[in-house]
Parts: sequence; C-alpha cells; structure tokens
Amino acid sequence: MKKIFILMMVTAVVLAGSPAAAQSAQPKAGEKLFDFTLPVPADRADRNYLGISGWGKTFKMADIKANLVLIEILSMYCPFCQKEAPVVNQLYEAIEKDPAAKGKIKIIGIGAGNSTYETEVFRKRYNVPFPVFPDPDYDIHKKCGEVRTPFFIAVRLNANGTQDVTYAKLGGFGEIPAFLETLKKSAGL
Amino acid sequence: MTKKPALNTMVLLVMLIVALSVPAWAQTHSEAFKDNIYVTGELKPVDSILKVKVGDMAPDFMLFSITGQKVTLSQYRGKKNVVISFVPAAWTAVCSDQWPGYNIVKDLFDKNDAVLLGITVDNIPTLYAWTNQMGKLWFPVLSDFYPHGKVAELYGVLRSDGTSERALFVIDKRGVIRYIDVHDINKRPPLEVLVRELEKLK
Repeated sequence: MKKIFILMMVTAVVLAGSPAAAQSAQPKAGEKLFDFTLPVPADRADRNYLGISGWGKTFKMADIKANLVLIEILSMYCPFCQKEAPVVNQLYEAIEKDPAAKGKIKIIGIGAGNSTYETEVFRKRYNVPFPVFPDPDYDIHKKCGEVRTPFFIAVRLNANGTQDVTYAKLGGFGEIPAFLETLKKSAGL
Repeated sequence: MTKKPALNTMVLLVMLIVALSVPAWAQTHSEAFKDNIYVTGELKPVDSILKVKVGDMAPDFMLFSITGQKVTLSQYRGKKNVVISFVPAAWTAVCSDQWPGYNIVKDLFDKNDAVLLGITVDNIPTLYAWTNQMGKLWFPVLSDFYPHGKVAELYGVLRSDGTSERALFVIDKRGVIRYIDVHDINKRPPLEVLVRELEKLK
C-alpha cells in the first residue's frame, strides 16, 4: 500500500514538472501570453514597422510599439498558410489604411520549423509586408502547444509589460472588416 | 528487502512518464491535413546502406507518376539537372511538410535548370489522395510501389520496414550524382542546403 502511495506521489510530481504539462497549453483568449524572444530583424524597414531599435540581438513582445499585435504561427511548408497568405496581406493593408489602427495594430509571422532562408522564401513568394521570424528548432512553437498552422493569436500589450491574449484560433479569421473591428476593440481603439 | 524492487519500479515508471510527456518531434502542423496524419513517433534516423556515391552515374529507372505518365531518369539526360526527393511514406508527419515547400519554389529549380522528382513507395491512389491536400504540385510524383521499393533499393535508401529514407539526390545533366543527403528521417532538410547544391552545378 505504501509502495503504491509513493509511486502515485512520484507520478504526480513528474507529471506536474514535465514539459507537456507545463508548456504545451495552447494560447487562449483571456489568458496571459507565454514568454519568448525574437531576433531583431536585419531589415531596417521591419525594425521601423515594429518600432524597435537595432541595438540588441533579441527583443520581446513588450518592446513592440503597438496596442495590439497579431501573431501568425505559420510555415513555408504549410499549404493552408500558403493559401491564406494573400488574405493576411489584405488585413495588413486594411490596418495601414485605417487611421485609427495604423501604428497601433501590427502583424508578425513566426515560421514554425523554418530557417531564416525559408521564412524569406515565404515572404518573397507572397510579398508579405510584415516581418516573419524563423523558429528553426520549434522553440516558440513548443511554447504555444504545437498548434497547427496557420494559427492566429491577437495579443494586447499592456503598459505594465504583460500581454493578454484576446484571440487565439486555428485557420482563417473570416471577413477582414469584421475581424479588424474585433482587433480594434481589443486594442482599445 | 522490499525497498529495492520498489525503487526499480519507480525508476521505470519515471522513465516511462518522461518518455510519454515529451511531445512527438516535428509533427505535421499544417491544418491542410487535419487529423489524417499518422504519428510515427521518433524513428531510427537512418536505416539503410547507400549503394551509390557522389561521382557515380545515377542508376536509371522507370516509374509511373500519379498522372499516369511514364517517367525515366534518362529522359532528362543532356537536358536538365534532376533532384530526386525520396520521402518515407504518405500521410506521415514530416513528409507531409516537405513537398508543399518545394511547390512554392519552382523558380529556384528553374533558375538552376533543374527538375524535381518526388518518390515514395506508396501506391498511386494513396499518393494521389495525399498530394491532393498539398495543392497542385508542379513536379511529378512517382510511385515506387511494385516491385516494392525497387528504385529506393537500387539507390540503397530502402529501410528495413519497407519505407524509404528521407533522401535527396542531385544529378547533373550528364547523369552523374553530385550530391546525396540521406537525412535524419525525423527532420526536414533545410531548403537552403539544397539550393546551394543546385547553384554549384552551374
């Protein structure tokens, strides 16, 4: 009986501390965003878009100058991400054309399992105007519960440096005007 | 006396739990395949012995493509460089995330005067259904199904379970093998390495 009890205790401790239990939860609206860093883009236009300086090697979500950031988890190798690329570009254009949203809502892509070369191929192929960051070893992808792609996460950046997930969903986000309104509302615009 | 077996059991149990809680590496993440991907788990990285080497003439073969075309390697002799991409099996994780990438870089192949031949040991109906999820592919997809894996065997990339390795062969216009990458089956070869090898052919 005692042996079984010890086994159960060990099981509980190990499960609680395992990466699957600790990190594999997918982002959900209403929760805080998982912590991660991104490499500072080499391209000046990308840095200007995000409003980050070129000094450091990496930056965090809190460093981005925006009220809200839409993160697309994608892959150059994913057919649905390829198909969705023009739609996400249209959303970007809609944001840039909206005086209230421009500069306040920004988009970034994260290429799960993609090298820098591969994310650049994706950007060139689909004329992606926003920065797409490589995640060659799936580090960020693991932190967001190995979501399928394309996966969209909208994140409100709070003044105290934390981020709240306001939208987290697999696949296309539907009609652009309606989705932009949702994003603006979440951004407090 | 009773402590030792309990400890052994605990060690085993801990090992088992740790093994189970590590996420399967490099799954297919594209929503395009939905829940139709069979998860193989981590496999032995390489499970065959190459029968060709860089500098050899590439052994010729004839296979049928999913569009019913007869494709021979020698038909490209003197005309095109050829990249052969063997992937282990349809409807598995990493493989489903490899060809869709090649599908958007036809220009990189064209620029280097190269064609791509995708080969698996699956039969044509399976390959047809699987590659349909990838969108329209610009390159021939060839079935090395019967006699089972005869081309994979010819090159020495047929694994002991009847699947093939995840392997890339770059063959120049003279029919000489210029580059071989029998990749860790659990991982996708980075695109830049292949492109660099194609650029060397000029």
